[in-house]
Amino acid sequence: MSHDHPHRHPPQADHREPVSHYEWLGVALNELLMEKGLYTAQELREMMAEVEAVEPSTHGARVVARAWVDEDFRVRLLKDANTAVEALGFDSAATDLTVLENTDEIHNVVVCTLCSCYPRSLLGRPPTWYKSASYRSRLVREPRSVLREFGTQLPDNVTVRVHDSTAELRYLVLPLRPQGTDDWTEERLAELVTRDSMIGVTTARTP
Amino acid sequence: MIPPETARPGPTPRFRIGDRVRIDARPLATHHRVPAYAKGQTGVIIRVCGEHEEPERLAFGQQHRLRRLYRVRLQQTDLWKTYEGSPTDTLDIEIFDHWLQPA
Repeated sequence: MSHDHPHRHPPQADHREPVSHYEWLGVALNELLMEKGLYTAQELREMMAEVEAVEPSTHGARVVARAWVDEDFRVRLLKDANTAVEALGFDSAATDLTVLENTDEIHNVVVCTLCSCYPRSLLGRPPTWYKSASYRSRLVREPRSVLREFGTQLPDNVTVRVHDSTAELRYLVLPLRPQGTDDWTEERLAELVTRDSMIGVTTARTP
Repeated sequence: MIPPETARPGPTPRFRIGDRVRIDARPLATHHRVPAYAKGQTGVIIRVCGEHEEPERLAFGQQHRLRRLYRVRLQQTDLWKTYEGSPTDTLDIEIFDHWLQPA
């Protein structure tokens, strides 16, 4: 596309110049919708600010820590994650939330190959790599290689379950509780629970 | 994002947990939620989810229609000829009823 059209530009100054056909299509569509008066540039900017203001959430870590110390809660979380999460006072974000429990035999890891579906109310905004074409295409095909690149070495006798978040459900991995934490408080345990361990690309931190 | 109130129990599901199913291989140029690698694959129903709006119609703002959603378990060694990893490794995916056939 030629650059002689003065109006074609990214919606925010810090956005890079579109390079592909589809990126230009997105810019053009946005301009047409504003020309038609469906929304204003200011409304668009306010919406972006709102989305970007969401703090990376520690809610997920507190859910995991509770499940580690409270057996009844763990059972409930695995059976009906939405009501369990809401009982802790967190928003389960209007989606069917499913918690995947790691065991000594099974390691779960989550991807959205079609876009970037992610349990935002518990984990905040997805990391850039989660949205990358590389992660999305490789995790389904060579999960053990991808996990190794995250520093996660799994024994051959551990089954890897990749979960492709293709439609309506959202997934949170319940990582294994690290050894040597038997007398730890829930609050202290939550500090071992990283975002990446709840996506499933790593284990929880070891003390 | 579709709010959960659109997920309804609905009529009796066509498939049950443990049923073997084949994912349709039909090509579709417009919006749908079946990735190319899963098309034509055979797997097992591991969960019967609620009914949700049909994505193909929703994408074009057409009259809504609810479709049953399932979680289907595929074996990695079926998906990829050169899969390196345990033969027990799986890929679990969400597939709508209208993309599934008994296998």
